Amino acid sequence: MTPKLRLWLFAIGAAGLVACYLWAFGGLPGFGNYPGPYGPEILKDAIPQTNATGIVSAVNFDYRGFDTVGEEFILFTAAAGMSVVLRRLRGERQQEQDHSPADEVMHRNVAPTSSALRVAALVLVGPTALIGWWLATHAQTNPSGGFQGGVILASAFMLVYLSGESIAFRRLSPVDLLDVAEAMGAGGFAAVGLAAVAQGLPFLYNYLPLGGSPGAVSSSGTIALISFLVGIEVAAAFILITGELLEQTLLRGGGRGGRQKEGSG
Amino acid sequence: MAVFPFLVVAWIVVVGLYGLITSRDLIHQIVCLIVVQSSTYVLLLGVGYVTGGVAPYFYDIGRHALAVDPVVQALALTDVVVEAAVTALLLSLAVQAHKKFGTLDPHDLAEFKG
Repeated sequence: MTPKLRLWLFAIGAAGLVACYLWAFGGLPGFGNYPGPYGPEILKDAIPQTNATGIVSAVNFDYRGFDTVGEEFILFTAAAGMSVVLRRLRGERQQEQDHSPADEVMHRNVAPTSSALRVAALVLVGPTALIGWWLATHAQTNPSGGFQGGVILASAFMLVYLSGESIAFRRLSPVDLLDVAEAMGAGGFAAVGLAAVAQGLPFLYNYLPLGGSPGAVSSSGTIALISFLVGIEVAAAFILITGELLEQTLLRGGGRGGRQKEGSG
Repeated sequence: MAVFPFLVVAWIVVVGLYGLITSRDLIHQIVCLIVVQSSTYVLLLGVGYVTGGVAPYFYDIGRHALAVDPVVQALALTDVVVEAAVTALLLSLAVQAHKKFGTLDPHDLAEFKG
């Protein structure tokens, strides 16, 4: 199929898709007139029932907790899948230096990490980790939660890498430790849910004390605990995922990649 | 104005699909897929919006303030996580494809079998 024919076929398909879309959107309630019964009901009941003032977290970690277990395991599986797909192929070995073999072969002149970048990145490590930690532990009160906090926590580690310290990055985030943290985060979430079952309650039932007043850090029972566990799992998963991709730039040999790509383009 | 957010959704889907089919680079194609998927955030948040509503966080406002639907916002969060997972897997497949065939152009990759 030529690119031109493909583009024509796309134009026909896209026109049909847009027509169907607009037809479907015509049946939606107008923007700003959401009539759904579910959302307003939760808005009314969530604070009395859970003492959480962050209703999105209450939905995520309590009302829809069962879905979030699945969601977390999607991330878990993705990290595991990446380790499988990016496993060391036969003949590949890791370089000791910090620059990529592709740059070397193409005779690219790679500037060393500048002092400005190094200092800026290292100065940001602490505050970034603190914000990530704060977000992961305040899901019950503010717009935050384990997923957001975990990603920001992971980026604190990325800053170490960015500052040119790839050796320090590897030492800070040993794969074995990350595997354990990830498994504990994901398994802990399921264990919190199963502990409810052990008490004869429904899976993921909020059985912990809800605390005195809505909006307190100690309030909301299992919501805060689950959010924290999710934060650990997500941080470990993202460090693993980025670590796997970063490691690829330091591999040499194997495959037929990149180097013999003369004059194609 | 009542349909404008939904027109934006349709536009993002189609523009992302256009990028997907015309792209000559796997990484660019993955980014286009992210664009297609990001339309769902606009759709979810657009559907759940209530005129005059605030974000569903009651830490420092009255408990009975009018707020937008929190359920679709939680769904959007799920959406973001799934997208991150899918992107990570696709990127690692692209890395392996480049390692094996020395190209990221889907037209060239189609010539290799296996």
